[in-house]
Amino acid sequence: MFNAAEMSEIPLTSSVSKGCFVFKSASKKRKRHVGVGDDENGSDRFRICQKLWETVQTNTEVIQDQLNKKVLDSLAEFIKKHGLGCSSDNWRQRARETPTAALMLGVNVPDHAMTFRSLCNLLQDSVTPFVVSVHAKECAAVKLLIQKVLEQLMGRGVSVDEEQEDDTALLQRTQCTISALCQWYKTVTKSLPVVVIFKDFEAFNSQVLQDFILICSRYTQELPFIFIFGIATSPSAIQHRLPHSVSSLLCIEVFHSLSCTQHLASVFDKLILNSQFPFKLSSRVIQVLVGIFLYHDFSVQNFVKGLQFSMLEHFKSQPLSMLCCQKQEALLSAKTLSKKNVERIRHLPSFMRYVETQEPQEQVQLLTNDEHVKEVCQQLLKNLHKYHKNYYPILQCLHSLTSSLPKFPLGKHIRELHVSCIEKNLWETEEYDSALQLLRILAKDELVAALRKCAEILKSTKILQNVLQQLEDFIGRLEALEGVSSEDSSGNGIISGKMEYQRTDLFQLQKTLLEKESRRTKRMNPFEVLRSQVIEFIDSLVREYLTPAELQPLNEVCYYNSSGVLRQRLNVTPRTSIQAALSHPFYYLQNESLKTDAGTISSAAPDLCIVYKLHLECGRLINLYDWLEAFLTVMSAAEDQDTNSEECGKYDSLKHARFIQAVSEMEFLGFIKSTKQKTDHVARLTWGGC
Amino acid sequence: MSHQKSFQYADLLSVLERVVDIMSAPDQYSYPSVFIYGHRATGKSHVVLSIMKDLELPHASVDCVECVSSGLLFHQVLSAFFGPDAAALLPRCPSLSDFVRLYKQMSSNSPATQTRYIILDRAERMRDMDFSLLPALLRLQELVNDNVTVILLSEIVWEKFRPNTGCFEPLLFHFPDYSKGKSLVQILSWDHHPSYTPELYASYINILLGVFFSVCRDLRELRHLAVLNFSKFCEPLEKGEAKESDIHKLWKNIEPHLQRAMQTVYLREVSSVQWEQQQMDEKEATTLRVLSAHAHIELPYYSKFLLIAAYLASFNPARTDRRFFLKSHGKIRKTNFLKKHEKTSNHLLGPKPFPLDRLMAIFYSVVDSRVAPTASIFSQISSLVTLQLLSQVGHDDQLDSPKYKCSVSLDFILAISRCVCVCVRLLDLLALSLVIQSQVVRQERSLFTAVSNLHLL
Repeated sequence: MFNAAEMSEIPLTSSVSKGCFVFKSASKKRKRHVGVGDDENGSDRFRICQKLWETVQTNTEVIQDQLNKKVLDSLAEFIKKHGLGCSSDNWRQRARETPTAALMLGVNVPDHAMTFRSLCNLLQDSVTPFVVSVHAKECAAVKLLIQKVLEQLMGRGVSVDEEQEDDTALLQRTQCTISALCQWYKTVTKSLPVVVIFKDFEAFNSQVLQDFILICSRYTQELPFIFIFGIATSPSAIQHRLPHSVSSLLCIEVFHSLSCTQHLASVFDKLILNSQFPFKLSSRVIQVLVGIFLYHDFSVQNFVKGLQFSMLEHFKSQPLSMLCCQKQEALLSAKTLSKKNVERIRHLPSFMRYVETQEPQEQVQLLTNDEHVKEVCQQLLKNLHKYHKNYYPILQCLHSLTSSLPKFPLGKHIRELHVSCIEKNLWETEEYDSALQLLRILAKDELVAALRKCAEILKSTKILQNVLQQLEDFIGRLEALEGVSSEDSSGNGIISGKMEYQRTDLFQLQKTLLEKESRRTKRMNPFEVLRSQVIEFIDSLVREYLTPAELQPLNEVCYYNSSGVLRQRLNVTPRTSIQAALSHPFYYLQNESLKTDAGTISSAAPDLCIVYKLHLECGRLINLYDWLEAFLTVMSAAEDQDTNSEECGKYDSLKHARFIQAVSEMEFLGFIKSTKQKTDHVARLTWGGC
Repeated sequence: MSHQKSFQYADLLSVLERVVDIMSAPDQYSYPSVFIYGHRATGKSHVVLSIMKDLELPHASVDCVECVSSGLLFHQVLSAFFGPDAAALLPRCPSLSDFVRLYKQMSSNSPATQTRYIILDRAERMRDMDFSLLPALLRLQELVNDNVTVILLSEIVWEKFRPNTGCFEPLLFHFPDYSKGKSLVQILSWDHHPSYTPELYASYINILLGVFFSVCRDLRELRHLAVLNFSKFCEPLEKGEAKESDIHKLWKNIEPHLQRAMQTVYLREVSSVQWEQQQMDEKEATTLRVLSAHAHIELPYYSKFLLIAAYLASFNPARTDRRFFLKSHGKIRKTNFLKKHEKTSNHLLGPKPFPLDRLMAIFYSVVDSRVAPTASIFSQISSLVTLQLLSQVGHDDQLDSPKYKCSVSLDFILAISRCVCVCVRLLDLLALSLVIQSQVVRQERSLFTAVSNLHLL
């Protein structure tokens, strides 16, 4: 079933989140566009794409900084406290405890690099210049670890002192010991702590760590060390790595960074649920990217890279993406559309749908008059921007309303709601119905609180003022109801409370409550009348503003929707591609002569492909001689037509060599291996081999 | 070694006398090598170094942990005896003969008027260095023809040092453990608080030892704990709730506190600073989260399944796979299904290595949906290895059939499978495989740490 071929494919990476990525560099992409012939548009698109990418980059950095600020600040505080207070705490010196911060970062190891960079900068700016960060790969032995620490510390100090020749020579010639470091520290002394950051604590050899900690603890009086452990799993990893005799030398405090899912949510809010950002992803593409994140790597950086990749793909494959920019710019370029692009617009499915809805007169105009198309196009673009502007606030409102419902009928995260909104008509789904049902039985205070939240969201966006007006109106009316409905709503609440105590099954509860609701419809009190009005109002908002993006004319300009390509590129299956390359060489080489029917073996194919196809017909053990014979037969099949059989024998040694080379390549790829079971045989490793 | 139990403070004094005896005639040649052993914090290095200091003897003190190469050791010895200039004469990677040559050269310039001492702390590390180093150092006096004595300090008995080829037998000294009754109380009482009477402090120490003596005899650690908890002990006195003579009341107040300290701060689950802070604002009832409380690890969805699969592969016998993971596994007779030796708990035997293809086969049968064998699935395996949740058996560069072991506990796997288990089938699988592993041994951590000192031996 599984075999060496697969095993050899395991990339030697150090983290969950390092997958295999094929990124086309921007410059390469540009060249290709020159080939297409639309050069001025290509460069335009390239420019837009680059600009967008820059905003993405700055935004993600800002988000990262914001999210990490709290934990980094508390770390800096910790180091400051220990750096100053150590000398006064006499007894702790006796116990030789080194202050240690255990920084929990989550399993997405590549994302840590950025955090550590900002941590280093922060510490160097505000606390101490003596910051060393070490990586497990460079420190296989204590000697190397000490050397690394000394290099980073003394190298920096030396360049300040301008005594380069003397000191560096000394360092190289004499020992790499902490006592040497001690001597150096006395010369530069500013009584600032020396911070050593272990970037990947889990990967360190525990013996190395133990020795290093033991050595450092001997010098705590002279050299105030502070350690920071970057831990990917859990704090108990420290106790698993270090025995008590060593961990008793540490004074460990734990710091938690934000979880990666929260990080993703904020990136999602900033980059995808934002009308200012013109480039959009279709529901399928979002699902692929989020799927990779949740199922495979937990890496926000890879998510952003996926976004970058889809941007590049979009701007490369869609010539009309030149309109995918800020509103003013887009309108300007819509005015100056080239003839070719106008034609392209006419072929857009969404535009065609739009044309069909128009009057016959207008239809003719749209299909013949370029200028008219340009004007309509501008109008449509305006509409598209307006759609986006309205879409996001309403989406947030709906999310805030439904995210507190039991069982989360419309999803826990806003991204799930977003995906179902742009995919299909939300109001036709069952989940939406059940969410509305649940909203209809909300108690008054809950409803008012939820509506308040919505009003705040709308206030902050400063659009949809009329909706906000209506909402506030509803809130006012609900509050005015105070005396009338208080006992009823509270009664409602008590009932639901009781039910929850009796049986925990929410479904049952929901059902019974719904039944009650239906029974009660006959005699509704003013609160219930108002409540159903509110719900209807929300429903109307959803129907008006949360229409699927695919129905918007010209949506292809902004939306990237080829999820298949994305999946193929980002979630690679190396083994499948090797097999595709070997069994259908045409697929990659694009050489006409390689086109063959399935099942036949063409002699024009590369030797490796021929050998591969022949080996598929064999069993567990392959007789090398038979294989060679078959190979020769295939080779000579083509030649037989124009040469006679005598010459065939002449080239035998050449063919023999080619065969041997092909076989060793097969071995290299992990399809076969040599065996001692039988002489002149090799073992097949695929499909139940060996 | 039964005499150790009846050890009294006087024994230590007799050892000291004998040690001092050796050093009492500095102008005569001394015994070439001395080996001193005893548990952690029994005062080996402290005694030797203070004798050196008090008698003003020329000595070089080297901690063997620091000596990542023997060159560093030579360097430190030479610079202690003859100054840094002499040490600088050592070649780049000095050999033992370089050291001996240089030592001879230097000592002929400045011959020893007194015995020189080389003190090697944590000498057990010497066993990992060059095999000829230890025998040579033991008879260094002969080699360099100088009045020099090598003192080895170790936590391990001499028998574990003796090389196969035999060597010079050093003089052996044993520093016995402090007994609970007298010596520990005496020593710990030395650093009593100036504002309280020594008697009060001694009674505090007695209470402290009553709690901690069963798990910890390390003097350094006990002192640390004594200082940490003393303020809590004195709290009733300061508030005026009790008098100094009210030992029972004080004991009642401190005892649960010390018990808690044993669970947390002694094991470094809580840092000493946090412990102090907690003592200060106890009224707010802040419950500190201990280190091992956050054992939960967020993992990507498929990594969780890979880990579960690895666990199943590691703890189930391979021949039961057919039965557990195949839907139509055919009929298996219930009797004799498990061989006799398999009936012992697999948790007692520890994880067994399994090849990658078995892991993948179990993974595919455990995971619900169809998963393509993408590069990221395989990279997740290697990253689980770097996170040390799996461990690779054999060489890293083995491409042919890498083998792994699962190195996480049952509790961890149960927690993970509780998060992903949407399907009942997986739970069944886990339950089924657990039937075999009927007994689960849970280790007490504090018991463990007490024992962990022994693993050195």
